[in-house]
Amino acid sequence: MSSVSIPRRMKRRKYTRRDSQAYLYLAPWVIGFFLLQFYPFVMSLVYSFCNYQLGTTPVFNGLDNYVRLFTRDADFIRSLRATGIFTVAVVPGKLILSLAVAMFLNREMKGINLARTVYYIPSLFGGSVAVSVLWKILFQDNGIINAWINALGFQTVQFWGDPRYALGTICSLEIWQFGSSMVMFLAALKQVPRSLYEAASIDGAGAWSKFWHVTIPQISPIIFFNMIMQTIQALQNFTSSSVITNGGPLKSTYVLGLKLYKEAFTNFKMGYASAISWVMFLIIMVVTLLLFRFSSAWVSYDD
Amino acid sequence: MKKKTVANTIFSYLLIILIGMILIFPIVWMFCAAFKTNEEIFGSTGILPRAWTGEGFRVWLAENEGGGFWQYFGSLFHNFSESWLGTGRNSYAVFFWNSFKLVIPTVLLTLVSSTLVAYGFARFNFAGKKILFGILIGTLMLPNAVVIIPRYAMYAGWGWVDTYLPFHVPAALAAAPFFVYMLIQFMRGLPRDLDESAYIDGCSTFRTLVQILLPLMVPALFSAGLFQFMWTYNDYFNSLVFINSATKYTVSLGLRLSLDGESVVNWGKMMAASCIAVLPLIILFFAAQKYFVEGIATTGMKG
Repeated sequence: MSSVSIPRRMKRRKYTRRDSQAYLYLAPWVIGFFLLQFYPFVMSLVYSFCNYQLGTTPVFNGLDNYVRLFTRDADFIRSLRATGIFTVAVVPGKLILSLAVAMFLNREMKGINLARTVYYIPSLFGGSVAVSVLWKILFQDNGIINAWINALGFQTVQFWGDPRYALGTICSLEIWQFGSSMVMFLAALKQVPRSLYEAASIDGAGAWSKFWHVTIPQISPIIFFNMIMQTIQALQNFTSSSVITNGGPLKSTYVLGLKLYKEAFTNFKMGYASAISWVMFLIIMVVTLLLFRFSSAWVSYDD
Repeated sequence: MKKKTVANTIFSYLLIILIGMILIFPIVWMFCAAFKTNEEIFGSTGILPRAWTGEGFRVWLAENEGGGFWQYFGSLFHNFSESWLGTGRNSYAVFFWNSFKLVIPTVLLTLVSSTLVAYGFARFNFAGKKILFGILIGTLMLPNAVVIIPRYAMYAGWGWVDTYLPFHVPAALAAAPFFVYMLIQFMRGLPRDLDESAYIDGCSTFRTLVQILLPLMVPALFSAGLFQFMWTYNDYFNSLVFINSATKYTVSLGLRLSLDGESVVNWGKMMAASCIAVLPLIILFFAAQKYFVEGIATTGMKG
């Protein structure tokens, strides 16, 4: 993102009368920013230091919400854990799978476009309720996956009933939708100059070495962009846990998004929920900063 | 050497087909399950329904509850009258109608507002541009979870809860920075000489946008529109938060309602409903595949 640059040509010119019209075009967004982003952003921080039931006046209570979250709310710790596991499994899982498949599909073959199309289809459904319902049925104790497991002579796996498997099964739903990152990677791979691979071949580089020393550095900005966006998304995951397991069994899938929703819109503890949202936000900030920090080591923006 | 490449190609095709089958299996199964009874869905290893061919299919359609749903959906086109609009809260025709009332204006307003704002950023040079652009990129990473609570409090105060205004107004104010960013990137790729010469000829900035740039932006607008459609249509979290009464439920909420509302869930019917729910996405995807791919490819690329 830091590579966004304003064309040189423009910098030389002074602002003209025509240019002042820009504010007119930006007006909706500026209003939207203050009303729908900046103000709510600040207010959620303010609420997080308040005891605020919906419909009442917020009362300042200092760090109470945060202290309670970390010392007296075992469910919150479980949520952190569930979201942590989910993010750590889904983000790398999706990235590696989509990159591997993109590498594999990045070739000239008859019918390859059909494959790309089919692989993209699961991504269409995103966080829709329909696919969550579908996953719930597929992986039920007497669902088709278990019917196959039984047919192979194994015992029924309680995908939704066993706290060891439930979160992993939800992760599989997310990883199934790797198509849109795959398409992004495919587009990026097409941009890598052939000459680089040829030069590497002349230097005696094998396929593996080409992958690490040519492909990865060349597409690193896309990997990075994907990594950040997917992490932000994964930390807020909600639909699958809400629809399929409602956080169970034994709160093993009680992700932060679900915890936030329940505190805010079932218990109407807006202050407490705001504190959760700020913990979430701080985690996102820290993870993003860390990613940016480490990105300088491997992301190259040389073009 | 030649033998090896042939073997290689065959292996590649087998792998591509195998992965494709795994990925598409859940969707195919969902479609087939829409024609099954509960007994057929559970404990069976088969994918295809028993009553699939010829007359049996028709009879099943007519008798089964799932079939009733299909007929009902058919009536959406033949018999658009109040009699069935008012048949109660489980009516998917109403849910669909609601979904479109929510989604279509959101998509159109997003396109209009994002185009105006993107034009301001891409074609004007004004004081504070760098800062404003930085803010735009920053909001790209601002998680929805952080702003939703104060937004809810705000909307509740204005009486917007249980209407579609929490979706339409942010769209009109370009509150989805992703699309602004996407269109800025696209506009930057259009030759500047075009609109500059139009300006010199005395064309107003707005006319330049509408008459010169807009026709060139059709593919980008298509992509943005498709994505906004897909995301808003699939959205569950925001709909759940802002919409309370069943008469205003969207398809996502309707699915959830059917899942929770019945003590013995008819899974075949559930799957029929899910099929219908994802149908608009699938139709759009096949009708406008090119724009999906281009949209994904351009957003990730230049950042």
